[in-house]
Amino acid sequence: MKILVCISNVPDTTTKIKFLNNNTTFDSAGVQWIINPWDELALTRAIELKEAHAGAIENITVVNIGPPTTEPTIRKALAIGADNAIRINLDPKDAYSVALQLSEIIKKDSFDIILCGIESSDYNGTSVGGMLSELLDYPSVSAVSFIDIDGDQLKLKREIDGGQEIIGISTPFIGIVQKGIAKDARIPNMRGIMMAKTKPLQVVEPVSTDLYTDFVSFDYPKAKAACKKVDPENVKELVNLLHNEAKVI
Amino acid sequence: MENIKVLKGGEFLITESSAKDVFIPEEFNEEQKMILGMCQDFLKQEVHPYLERIDSMEPGLMRSLVAKSGEMGLLGISVPEEYGGFGQPFVTSMIASDELGAGYSYAVAFSAHTGIGTLPILYYGTEEQKQKYLPKLASGEWVGSYCLTEPNAGSDANSGRTKAVLSEDGKNYILNGQKMWITNGGFADVLTVFAKIDNDKILSAFIVDRNYPGITFNPEEKKLGIKGSSTVQIFFNDCVVPVENLLGKRGEGFRIALNILHIGRIKLGANVLGASRTAISESVKYANERKQFGNFISNFGAIKYKLGEQVIRMFAAETALYRTSKYVDDTISFNIANGMDRVKAYMDALGEYAMEAAILKVLGSEALDYIVDEAVQIHGGMGYSAEMAVERGYRDSRINRIFEGTNEINRLVATDTLLKHAKKCDSVVFGIGKSVFEQIDSNNESSTSYSDYFEKKHFYIRQLKKAVLLILNRAYDAVGKQFNIEQEIMMSISDMSIQAYAAESVVLRVEKLKSIKSEADFSVYADICDVHTYETSNKLFKAGMDAINSFAQNDEYIKLKKGLQQLTSIEPVNIKEARRRIANKLIEDNVYKF
Repeated sequence: MKILVCISNVPDTTTKIKFLNNNTTFDSAGVQWIINPWDELALTRAIELKEAHAGAIENITVVNIGPPTTEPTIRKALAIGADNAIRINLDPKDAYSVALQLSEIIKKDSFDIILCGIESSDYNGTSVGGMLSELLDYPSVSAVSFIDIDGDQLKLKREIDGGQEIIGISTPFIGIVQKGIAKDARIPNMRGIMMAKTKPLQVVEPVSTDLYTDFVSFDYPKAKAACKKVDPENVKELVNLLHNEAKVI
Repeated sequence: MENIKVLKGGEFLITESSAKDVFIPEEFNEEQKMILGMCQDFLKQEVHPYLERIDSMEPGLMRSLVAKSGEMGLLGISVPEEYGGFGQPFVTSMIASDELGAGYSYAVAFSAHTGIGTLPILYYGTEEQKQKYLPKLASGEWVGSYCLTEPNAGSDANSGRTKAVLSEDGKNYILNGQKMWITNGGFADVLTVFAKIDNDKILSAFIVDRNYPGITFNPEEKKLGIKGSSTVQIFFNDCVVPVENLLGKRGEGFRIALNILHIGRIKLGANVLGASRTAISESVKYANERKQFGNFISNFGAIKYKLGEQVIRMFAAETALYRTSKYVDDTISFNIANGMDRVKAYMDALGEYAMEAAILKVLGSEALDYIVDEAVQIHGGMGYSAEMAVERGYRDSRINRIFEGTNEINRLVATDTLLKHAKKCDSVVFGIGKSVFEQIDSNNESSTSYSDYFEKKHFYIRQLKKAVLLILNRAYDAVGKQFNIEQEIMMSISDMSIQAYAAESVVLRVEKLKSIKSEADFSVYADICDVHTYETSNKLFKAGMDAINSFAQNDEYIKLKKGLQQLTSIEPVNIKEARRRIANKLIEDNVYKF
């Protein structure tokens, strides 16, 4: 079996977000880029599967859609343990264009298990997995928190209200994973880092796509207003403020 | 070699460097950045959640962390590939030491194992010894330690009394003696032990396996800080060591000890950086959360001063460390290109920068001490509570001024090495000092003749170096053969050299950053440069005056004081505002990110 893990290149989660050009451009200066945490866990689980079922999993590929500047993030995925990587040379604009580019790659080279994170920590995107399933006409399972090989099938678990749903699924399929799929992201070791530069990183030109979204601008969350303190004895004032100013009662 | 000019040891005082010739952390390559990230992730996952347990010396925990480090490949960074390591450049090994320096007691275990625990065998071992020990040390299957210090032989290491006598059949050395403050001693498998053979005056070195008969280990020492690091006394009672375990030649032990210490000193200069970064980040996080008088304390000038100063000292120590580390790498490459074998090339390079190694050790450990001290202060009462990370940082910092040669020994080494360089090229070093002295009354050079920002800074640096050479020359003339016992004067000169090296390093890094950073991002680095130049000029003046007041009198005193004032004077700079701007960046980032 061959696994494809889709990885997004996202700003480190502690990054202070700033915008330029009248709030139309994300200011990437000084930003530390990382593998989207959900994607990184998916990759970790893929590697665990390969280690546990040496014969069954022959290869793990990672794919990223991004300009050449995302290559350090891709090579980190190789250092962690992916066997090879594909970079689709496009600065992605929305979920549809991402899903379409990915589907083209998957059509060209058959993968049995396609994993992507349930969301991306940059724009909180959550649609790629579902769209990809539609474009490829593959089954997909979302919110997967466990995956293992079970005979000819894959056994998945997903969190549902008040319990877990256990699913058996045949390949090919798309697993949209959430945290819990692996305990901790795997830290690349020295050998992995040294080998990363020798592993294939193929650059593929994108297919042309229509854009169905029109980006306008970014906005910052409203700054928190100063906290108002009301004397515990002055309930009247509290009610007044909650009613007339905060307008919550 | 590319077109990079490699400065020789101590040469910084007589040669002007340009920004393009220095290596700065912003130039780490992708692989180095990945290794840096790996070290951070390793601490986050394996060390930081267990600090309490580590400090309580939970049995087996530290040993297992060393083993895990081995699995990650962290222990083999400097070990050549043929012995199971990764043969990485010196700079890369310093990056790992730097980042893992944030690991409190673990950092000490890591450093001792990869440095003094492994390197003596790497650099002085026979092929058989290397084959036997290095792969297992690099993988973490075995842990190494270094047994030099004795109850009566600390700084005076060669006065050790541990004896080695050849057995009658000539097959073994019989070791007798006592070693103390042995880091990792509680669980080390391989000990590099220094002892004198028969009635030798100079030490020899031996590789001793833990399970050899005749070794007793005392219980763990109770310490002020680095409580989780294993530190024991070891007794050798008729310990039988096979003759093939002699490391290096007979009588070569003291040289091994000193050469390994050069590496240890630079490594310590790297180690303190990770610890400093952590303490600064803890400081600013607390200052950004703690409110007094209705205001976050990070808004107060008194706190901004501390935050700004923490950043400046960290920045300077880091800058000097990586600048020097690259010199070491370049010298190794140069030596190899000129036919030296790798081991010799390495040892030669490290010996070359003995003065800089001593400078980095003092500069770094004292920067960390300032930083952790102010970290506690910024936390106020909470800083004194064992609940806070800064309390551990404060205690753990103190050892850095003591081990790898006390800072006093290192200050003396710095000036002593400078003197050796000076004597080798008498006309240059002493010549400059002499001509500076002669020109004091006629000197009318002034910074006002330079309009460019960096030209002015380079002028200041030239002046500071002249000041060092002036005082060195006059002090040497005044006390001559007594120089080595006039330790106060030697230490003052050392302080001057340290300030000059740090000042130049910062100017060169900031100059290089001008072409890397956007204008908006760059301005805070100019602030660092301004305040640091101001501070170093003043510290250098004070150290110079201390020296002058110790040896000069009458007319010479007046002339030297005048000269020192000329050479250390800089144009006005609003240090208050500059420090505030530096602090403001830190406050906004809420983490050390310079």
